[in-house]
Amino acid sequence: MANYSNDEFFVPHLQLVNSLFPIRTSSFVPRHSLKFVIYKKMKQTPSQTVGPYFAYGLTPEQYLYDFKSLVGHQMASPIDQKNTITIVGKVFDGEGVVIPDAMIEIWQNDGENQLFGRFGTGTDAENRFIFHTTKPASVNGQAPYLSVIVFMRGQLIHSYTRLYFSDEITLNEQDEVLNSVSAERRNTLIASQNGSVYEFNIRMQGEGETVFFEI
Amino acid sequence: MTHLIYNQFDYEVHPPRLSPEYKSTVLRAPSQPLVVLKQSLSELTGPLFGDFKLGEFDNDLTKNAIKNGEPLGERIVVHGKVMNENGQPIPNTLIEIWQANSAGRYVHKVDKHDAPLDPNFLGTGRCMTDSEGNYKFYTIKPGAYPWGNHHNAWRPNHIHFSLFGANITNRLVTQMYFPGDPLLQYDPIFLGVPPKGRELLISKFDLSITEPNFALGYRFDFVLRGHGQTPFESL
Repeated sequence: MANYSNDEFFVPHLQLVNSLFPIRTSSFVPRHSLKFVIYKKMKQTPSQTVGPYFAYGLTPEQYLYDFKSLVGHQMASPIDQKNTITIVGKVFDGEGVVIPDAMIEIWQNDGENQLFGRFGTGTDAENRFIFHTTKPASVNGQAPYLSVIVFMRGQLIHSYTRLYFSDEITLNEQDEVLNSVSAERRNTLIASQNGSVYEFNIRMQGEGETVFFEI
Repeated sequence: MTHLIYNQFDYEVHPPRLSPEYKSTVLRAPSQPLVVLKQSLSELTGPLFGDFKLGEFDNDLTKNAIKNGEPLGERIVVHGKVMNENGQPIPNTLIEIWQANSAGRYVHKVDKHDAPLDPNFLGTGRCMTDSEGNYKFYTIKPGAYPWGNHHNAWRPNHIHFSLFGANITNRLVTQMYFPGDPLLQYDPIFLGVPPKGRELLISKFDLSITEPNFALGYRFDFVLRGHGQTPFESL
């Protein structure tokens, strides 16, 4: 393992590691002689489950706790923005039972709008998640999509998926990511349109299991 | 300008999705292999909370829910640094915090554990890292509590955290434990982490941050996913 450090990224935590080896910094190694800066690697902090009791910490106002929410599910206002849409869906476990203690986050960035939303499935009468947002535009010819992050008790590490739109037939057919998924599972990523409402169900396991991504 | 490619989860330290000893994973873990995704604009960006105005006592859980007195329990101060795998500090990033009270009871309506609620303790807060990636907050040491995973199952004392980092590949939800807790060796959530990762979830007692006559100090650093080698232009 090489032991170059770049001054800019040098932090005290690394000194212990460095003290075992000759320290070489950019003052010893002329920068122009390095083709690549080689970083020290620290171990990632392991993930743990969000658990069953996240609501008063992460979605307090939605669950009527006396603490200000950072974000909610109103990502865009129909008064201020055009093309507002509603996303609704449920999360199902491996036996097809609706999960009432999941938390869904949505992030979208089409270069124009950067929007983030968060909603728990514990307050709707049918345990749905609901988001009000705008439909993103296509970026570099890709089919438009939302990034979706799924958290729940029983997941030691969160899951990433994407939500595509059923009315984007042409772009969906040409999309590199959608085409990297087997044809029989592709539909699990496509929300079905009904007017301005898109329905997107997430199945954790079994028949119709949603495609989850390693990103 | 060079495009950074963010590292994937390091499964030498992260728990697997299916971890049958933790029974809830059995019906909730994806069973199909994950599809590797080429990162694009949405993955390489994420929400930034620089504009979010934190409440005055958001970083002090001993004060942010006071109704008629001080919350009960052992006052502690937790601090540390948020950085990425490359050792670069992550400044101005949001940390969200939630936990049980000193009796091992959550405010959450679903928690039916027969232990008292504390009228002066909500158990949630948040803070931002400073320009050097450091954070600090005050709270009450959480109690252990029983849960239904198996006979006589008890969760070790822990604090829940949620972090965002530079973009959505950096997203992290985790739990911090306390040194020397005898319940760790029996806890399937903690043990779901491979042996190489477990120590990384245990805070260290820190006399240097301990405040005399006031609060015990603990240190806990967060390391979020980093990015690969950056091509460096020759001059």
